[in-house]
Amino acid sequence: MYSFSYHRPASVAEAADLIANAADGKLVAGGQTLLPTMKHRLASPSDVIDLGAIAELGGIVVNGNIVTIGAMTSHAEVAASGEVQEAIPALAALAGNIGDPAVRNRGTIGGSIANNDPAADYPAALIALGATVRTNRREIAGEDFFAGMFETALEEDEIIVAVDFPRPEAAAYMKFENPASRYAIVGVFIARTADGARAAFTGATDCAHRAHRLEEALANDFSPAALADFQAPVDRMNADIHASAEYRAHLVRVMAQRAVAACA
Amino acid sequence: MKIDLTVNGRAASGEVEARTLLVDFLREQLRLTGTHVGCDTSQCGACVVMVDGKSVKSCTMLAIMAAGCDVTTIEGLANGAELHPMQQAFMDNHGLQCGFCTPGMVMSGLDIVNRHGRDLDAATVRRELNGNICRCTGYQNIVKSIREGARAMGD
Repeated sequence: MYSFSYHRPASVAEAADLIANAADGKLVAGGQTLLPTMKHRLASPSDVIDLGAIAELGGIVVNGNIVTIGAMTSHAEVAASGEVQEAIPALAALAGNIGDPAVRNRGTIGGSIANNDPAADYPAALIALGATVRTNRREIAGEDFFAGMFETALEEDEIIVAVDFPRPEAAAYMKFENPASRYAIVGVFIARTADGARAAFTGATDCAHRAHRLEEALANDFSPAALADFQAPVDRMNADIHASAEYRAHLVRVMAQRAVAACA
Repeated sequence: MKIDLTVNGRAASGEVEARTLLVDFLREQLRLTGTHVGCDTSQCGACVVMVDGKSVKSCTMLAIMAAGCDVTTIEGLANGAELHPMQQAFMDNHGLQCGFCTPGMVMSGLDIVNRHGRDLDAATVRRELNGNICRCTGYQNIVKSIREGARAMGD
């Protein structure tokens, strides 16, 4: 790892000042992606601004039908939260199956979505549940937040504060995981809401996206059988040593059917 | 940069670079070499230690991030010559062959007990060990050791 200057601000405002004034600064949340990337020398920031001491970025609050999760909330905290388990059990289950227990103790929701790994789990949940990302400047719809591989709508010096999740009628996330990394080879998140079915997939293409065609297929018949003939576009699927494009297209349908079944 | 923290119940301090990993601080400055570096890529779990009571991979945390924290390593478990029940269970059940992964297995075993209690079924232990890799034993005796160690912790 190349050397850098380390900062540990106590407030979002202070962190925003630090990142704005750094030559090539990086915010670090749990560091479970950034530190390995820096060890490989694929990233070499001049300044690392650790968000770990900022109390206002933590915590889980349920207010009516909105579950608010602070950006620095760890995957382990979301998985173990009675409030999340009650309001959106699929979200608690998703968080409890990211990486491994030690990674879940450090990794955070804010770090995960800001990184936007093409195979990350949380992005699919934000899109399908119609979540809203709140930053120190504005609110961004989950659907508009994920822009491409490791790209988001965030400005260089913008800081995620929290994510608001509306409570669905039912939801489920199914992923076919890489057995070593637990990243999704394909993951599909399905939510049944008052406005109809919402769906998103991850791991299949450049990053998580809303699955409009899955939603249309479920519009009149919210059942696994409604997806029996569903074909994901093979030419848009990722292909790598873990799975071919054809296999990923197949997995989109199978994971979607399982997620719909689990919503029942 | 100077850091002050608590390691195995005692105050510790040291001068580190910002980029110093927690595992390197523990091994090279405090000479607590029981915590191992297996893969250095957050996958194998040989470097697992407790930070404020939670398991972390110390190869994927900066030492400076642990400033002010309470860190427990494998060296902090035994009571003098008397092994911790989880360590004793690994010994009794042949829960290791080469032993390189064992410090992380024991620390993760304690983390499993913290979260799931002392009556553990094998499926839970296997699922919760998915961040710890052993290249010798095939896990059978590791799972057995953790289940027995968990039970023995109540005695």
